[in-house]
Amino acid sequence: MSTALPVYDAGATGGGCTDAPVLRERGQREVFCGLTGIVWLHRKMQDAFFLVVGSRTCAHLLQSAAGVMVFAGPRFATAILQERDLAGMADCNTELDRVVAELLARRPEISTLFLVGSCPSEVIKLDLVTAAERLNRENFPRVRVLSYSGSGIETTFTQGEDQCLKAMVPHLPEAIDGARRLMVVGTLADVIEDQFSRLFAQLGIGPVSYFPARRASALPPVGPGTQLLLAQPFVGETVRALQARGATLLQAPYPLGADGTTRWLAAAAAAWDVPAEHFRRVTEPAQARATTSLQRYRGALDGKRIFFFPDSQLELPLARFLSRECGMQLVEVGTPYLDRLVTVAELALLPEGTMLSEGQDVEKQLARCEAARPDLTVCGLGLANPLEARGLRTKWSIELVFSPIQGYDQAGDLAELFVRPLDRSARLTV
Amino acid sequence: MQLTLWTYEGPPHVGAMRIATSMRDVHYVLHAPQGDTYADLLFTMIERQDKRPPVTYTTFQARDLGGDTANIVTRAVQDAVDRFKPKALLVGESCTAELIQDNPGSLAMGMGLSIPIVPLELPSYSKKENWGAAETFYQLVRTLLLERSKMKEARPSREGRRPRVNLLGGTILGFRCRDDIAEVTKLLASVGVDVHVSAPLGAEPDDLRRLPDADANVCLYPEIALTTCSWLQRTFQMPTITTVPIGVGATRDFIAEVGRVLNIDVSAVLGGEVPGQASLSSSQSRMPWYSRSVDATYLTGKRVYIFGDGTHVVSAARIASEELGFKVVGLGTYSREMAREVKACAEKYGVTALITDDYLDVERTVAELQVELVLGTQMERHIAKRLGVPCAVISTPIHVQDVPARYSPQMGFEGANVIFDAWVHPLMMGLEEHLLQMFREDFEFGDGATPSHLHSVAPVKPEASSSAMAVELTSAVSIPVLAEPASAPELARTATTVAEASGAPVVVEVGAPVWSPDGEKELGKIPFFVRGKARRNTEKYAVAQGIALITTETLYEAKAHYGR
Repeated sequence: MSTALPVYDAGATGGGCTDAPVLRERGQREVFCGLTGIVWLHRKMQDAFFLVVGSRTCAHLLQSAAGVMVFAGPRFATAILQERDLAGMADCNTELDRVVAELLARRPEISTLFLVGSCPSEVIKLDLVTAAERLNRENFPRVRVLSYSGSGIETTFTQGEDQCLKAMVPHLPEAIDGARRLMVVGTLADVIEDQFSRLFAQLGIGPVSYFPARRASALPPVGPGTQLLLAQPFVGETVRALQARGATLLQAPYPLGADGTTRWLAAAAAAWDVPAEHFRRVTEPAQARATTSLQRYRGALDGKRIFFFPDSQLELPLARFLSRECGMQLVEVGTPYLDRLVTVAELALLPEGTMLSEGQDVEKQLARCEAARPDLTVCGLGLANPLEARGLRTKWSIELVFSPIQGYDQAGDLAELFVRPLDRSARLTV
Repeated sequence: MQLTLWTYEGPPHVGAMRIATSMRDVHYVLHAPQGDTYADLLFTMIERQDKRPPVTYTTFQARDLGGDTANIVTRAVQDAVDRFKPKALLVGESCTAELIQDNPGSLAMGMGLSIPIVPLELPSYSKKENWGAAETFYQLVRTLLLERSKMKEARPSREGRRPRVNLLGGTILGFRCRDDIAEVTKLLASVGVDVHVSAPLGAEPDDLRRLPDADANVCLYPEIALTTCSWLQRTFQMPTITTVPIGVGATRDFIAEVGRVLNIDVSAVLGGEVPGQASLSSSQSRMPWYSRSVDATYLTGKRVYIFGDGTHVVSAARIASEELGFKVVGLGTYSREMAREVKACAEKYGVTALITDDYLDVERTVAELQVELVLGTQMERHIAKRLGVPCAVISTPIHVQDVPARYSPQMGFEGANVIFDAWVHPLMMGLEEHLLQMFREDFEFGDGATPSHLHSVAPVKPEASSSAMAVELTSAVSIPVLAEPASAPELARTATTVAEASGAPVVVEVGAPVWSPDGEKELGKIPFFVRGKARRNTEKYAVAQGIALITTETLYEAKAHYGR
């Protein structure tokens, strides 16, 4: 392994916020539930359908969280539980079979159907795992039927993707040859996948697979030679399931920003014994381009104070990017939950003394935010306008989940997302 | 279980949130998991509220379920009361909490708090948003008037004051409620009537305690206020004014009803209203004259489909038919509570009412009826967009664009002006239609050109849009379709090629007529904005007549058969 690569080293690194104290809050949480992941998962896997088994609230959440009603025949739906479904379980399963049959008849192009558990289905203990197995027996190989829970009593916002991917892990084909292969875990926009694929090819890293793939039916193989490189910081459970199938996790920060992307690629390069000189030759032009694009925005962000409400799990990597590459000061970095398995490399890069909080007590946090008067606050849609009305500039965290922000060529775009509210505020005189 | 892609109404606790958010000094403690906090964004993003809704969620998690979720409720109630100091507290649960049966309302009642507590029982698995709003408003009014309701009060004396009424039913996330209340207030002032209390929108708990001091209640939105109006009528003998003043005719009827119920002379206002007279001075609204203006002739008999909540659909049907001269070819509602009124209204226009909360039913109906204008909700706006039909939004559910910055009521004389503009602008402008017809051979008016004001309609190739529509239709009626269906001309070409190659006559399945090249060419001469209809009519005619190959002759036979 080349020592010149900027890789995370558990033995040597430490520092930063690795052992920093974390404020743990358990009050009212103002965060979406895991069902929300369907909004981007169904667009990533174009042959998959997501059937939520839940209540009218679930259906209403999905169409509200989609921001605008994206109206075409969507590849997600809700089987809304009715009063009579709550009477007896046998009835529920018959009903589910009927709804699934109706759905599959209507959408013959679907290759994978996810039954998605919700708060009500969890509370009445409707066994969707068994139901999915039964429906899979009936419909496979035409349609694979899987299940996972996106319920708000168990999952938060982006955790829904983790649960979805975890449900697919047992069905991934076995990579029996034990050969070295790279699996990038976590949804990436197709355009970014293509950018990374080109870089991996130039670096001589391969074969590379992405999980989830563009088609849910194209399941990537996994086995003892599989090296996991995480594209999203919310796939901890999936990683554990993949590790149980022999895969190895490459510790790296997430590919946000120029430096973040370099460190992320370096983790794979190290595993593939790419010579440092070759790595430098391949990445330098793109990194220079990213640095140039960041320069344009750095002035607007440098020295500005930012506050993160817990929302998407992207808070830690974003905070690291904004402090290290844009010169922002971190007032508070909140995260719904802190999974050290997938954030240890990020924690090490956060400035020492950063205030970290996990979980939420929204009223207390709002009070802290107002007292601190940050220049920019990253928060969910429910809080943004009320904070704006109190004179605080905000950035919607959901946009950071939906937008392509990873990689060298998006580093400038990512910085711009934070500059825009400040720029707008500076322009307006009314 | 009901398979649902999109829903017209949220769950009933969202209705309760609308009541709490519409008022001042009311707080709502909602026993619910964290995901349910999404509902905040309806208020802060769609309605652009600058404050958080006054709602505290318990946000219990799975790990709390085995333990003491009841304790979480009482803590949340105490925190909310201490922090927000409300004058009345609503306590209820969402769908998930309903299943764990903590009875948060009773728990709060047992805490010995000094403010009125309204326990809400809103069955999530059978009821919906508007019902939840109506029930919450009713329970809140009843609780606050509990003492007064037992006192057998006489009606307030009218001596030495102007008559006054309450405006009931306006809410946040309703359709233009903010401006309707202002407009109706102006309208009432013009006949010498004051507004005593407007609720829930803009009221506080003390205002609700004053409700019986008014001379009558105006039930502005029956979906939200009818239960409360009926109770006030039963309990305090307060009469209810039930005409909803949307449209010129209904506004005149409303004024007349106000006069009748309050026993006042309204002739000063009604006298200036001259139904049937074509002049600018015949009404306080410009709508009657604009509608009679010759440029509006092209509106005559436009086929319109109406869907939305009960109140707005019934009002819209009357305006469409009697005030704009459209032809109502179908109507319906998702408000099951209003099904009876909507069915009666449909009967009046000789159509069948569609009572459903499945938007696919609505889409299917709109497509089948070959409508020229859709008046609906944001859901119908999307349906209409897909079918290439103009649409105006008349009802909830709404989108951020339905909360305009400008004053744009639906009610009263100004509301009628707003409606005229909002419904007519999406239609092809009359003169522009004539010009397009006249100059369609000119390249500027070629097939690719869409009317400049129809910016919402993408300039798609008309041929493609017609076949795309066919695909939407088939998918809506559960017929499996190809992923990439060939367009009709392509099919025709394929059929012709096959025929030429094999030298055999074209064999076409009955029910799927094919366009001959000359028929297709002739169809291309028909202006694009009616071409889809001509294509559908011709195909329908061909199927009915058992014609397999559509020629120029078939096209004109069909035209003669169907008329315009």
